[in-house]
Amino acid sequence: MTTSTTPALAIAATGLRKAYGDKTVLDGIDLAVPEGTIFSMLGPNGAGKTTAVKILSTFISADAGDLRVGGHDLAADPQSVRAMIGVTGQFSAVDGLITGEENMLLMADLHHLSRHEGRRASAELLERFDLTEAAGKPAVTYSGGMKRRLDLAMTLVGSPRVIFLDEPTTGLDPRSRHNMWGIIRELVSDGVTVFLTTQYLEEADQLADHIAVLHEGKIAALGTADELKRLVPGGHVRLRFSDPAAYEAAALTLGEVTRDDESLSLQIPSDGSQRELRAILDRLDSAAIEADVLTLHTPDLDDVFFALTGADRRAEQPADQSAARSAAQPKETVR
Amino acid sequence: MSSLPLAVRDSTTMLRRNLLHARRYPSLTLNILLTPIVLLLLFVYVFGDVMSAGIGGGGADRSDYVAYLVPGILLMTIGATPAGTAVSVSMDMAEGIIARFRTMAVHRGSVLIGHVVGSVLQAILSVLLVGAVAVAIGFRSTDATPLEWFAAFGLLALVALAFTWIAVGMGMASPNPEAASNNALPLMILPLISSAFVPVDAMPGWFRPIAEYQPFTPAIETLRGLLLGTGIGNSGWITVVWCIALTALGYRWSTSLFNREPK
Repeated sequence: MTTSTTPALAIAATGLRKAYGDKTVLDGIDLAVPEGTIFSMLGPNGAGKTTAVKILSTFISADAGDLRVGGHDLAADPQSVRAMIGVTGQFSAVDGLITGEENMLLMADLHHLSRHEGRRASAELLERFDLTEAAGKPAVTYSGGMKRRLDLAMTLVGSPRVIFLDEPTTGLDPRSRHNMWGIIRELVSDGVTVFLTTQYLEEADQLADHIAVLHEGKIAALGTADELKRLVPGGHVRLRFSDPAAYEAAALTLGEVTRDDESLSLQIPSDGSQRELRAILDRLDSAAIEADVLTLHTPDLDDVFFALTGADRRAEQPADQSAARSAAQPKETVR
Repeated sequence: MSSLPLAVRDSTTMLRRNLLHARRYPSLTLNILLTPIVLLLLFVYVFGDVMSAGIGGGGADRSDYVAYLVPGILLMTIGATPAGTAVSVSMDMAEGIIARFRTMAVHRGSVLIGHVVGSVLQAILSVLLVGAVAVAIGFRSTDATPLEWFAAFGLLALVALAFTWIAVGMGMASPNPEAASNNALPLMILPLISSAFVPVDAMPGWFRPIAEYQPFTPAIETLRGLLLGTGIGNSGWITVVWCIALTALGYRWSTSLFNREPK
């Protein structure tokens, strides 16, 4: 530990391009994922996330780009790449006709584990993914969450060093989703690199060390969740009144506000710190004004995402914005 | 691990997977087995008297017809198994697990080889079962030496291999299992328009070339020669050429379809 060395890259891509006919799906993407980290590719449906995973996992070939996974060139030596990766796609890649355990042993055989080793790895992973009880049943009878767990368990049989997860929690209920997050965090603690795509901003925020926002085949932004959040302003306190007189008085007292006369609400720019919040409350108290509802809004990845991809979030969420959003993502604190 | 042991090991794993499917879901296999057995019984016991009049210039009885019919029925059994293979390959290719295999460091050809070997083994098993039924209703090989038995067995395996590779290609090329079933229909029809049921001489003149210049007729004639001592002539090597050509064609076709860039 003499000098700080740049960590080895598990995934390195320069100028990755892919087009289907005249439709460009990936338009020159650069990626650098250090070993032992979680990298999340975030984007709406059709942004090209799955295509990126398919290319980096050797399933399809790129049109152009210098691509390396685990130090191996994807075009020149795909078999070496395959030997060190694990892939769990969006659609279940389990053999439905055979049992969960048989699926696991199939993977063990294809990874050339000895019979004893294969049985041990299979039993261990089935246990870890809470599938021991269902191990003897055909996989086709499994629920969505169980299939996804089996899928991931199968991916882990050969102890891959780089794991690609294409929307691993899409279609899972909240409980299964949280379980999956726990599993993914555990993987990285063993030094494995995870490349994850998601359309859930919260998921990227929760899990990823680095996030790339993919928009129309290009990377619109790249950084940690905090870095991305700093890209957009938008932190504010929102006060709602039912009494027009109180509303007017508050607007006068607080001075620098954005008024919404129709809903009798005020927006005050704020970084959400305790100090700023107390200052606002103190001023309201000293003027004896009482707001009906106070909402604190800190910029989250939603803001980043919509700001970067240029989508009009109002158009997507026309109804009660704060209610709809806090239901989807408990980011706002209502007092 | 070097290339050949890897190929053998992965293909064996894939074969085990396919045999597991066949054992777990035997209805497809049994369906396919039923057709030749029903045809055998139908032609012997229902049409037998009429059919036997058509062979050997009169004088022949039902047991002669059993002897005439069985080699054709055995080859028909061999033709029917690949028809099922086309359907199961088509079904399998739609499975997510095939996509997983493509991103694993497994031997590229092992998925298809597993299907082919599994299917050939099933065809051989089917032939043994149908053969047992044939023996039960009175079929006897008149003068086959052990070597001829061995050759007959090899012939059946060779024909099974050739048609299985073609069937795998058919299954790969079909967009869904229904289409695969339709595309594989010729494999079921060809034996019906061969010399399996009646001699080619007994067919109308315009039809004879169709019956004569297709792979099943020389194969059937060769099998008859081996088991019953009838003349083989050049049928033997014509069969071998057919089988090698079909195997090569089916192999090239299937592997190029499999190696095509997936969607």
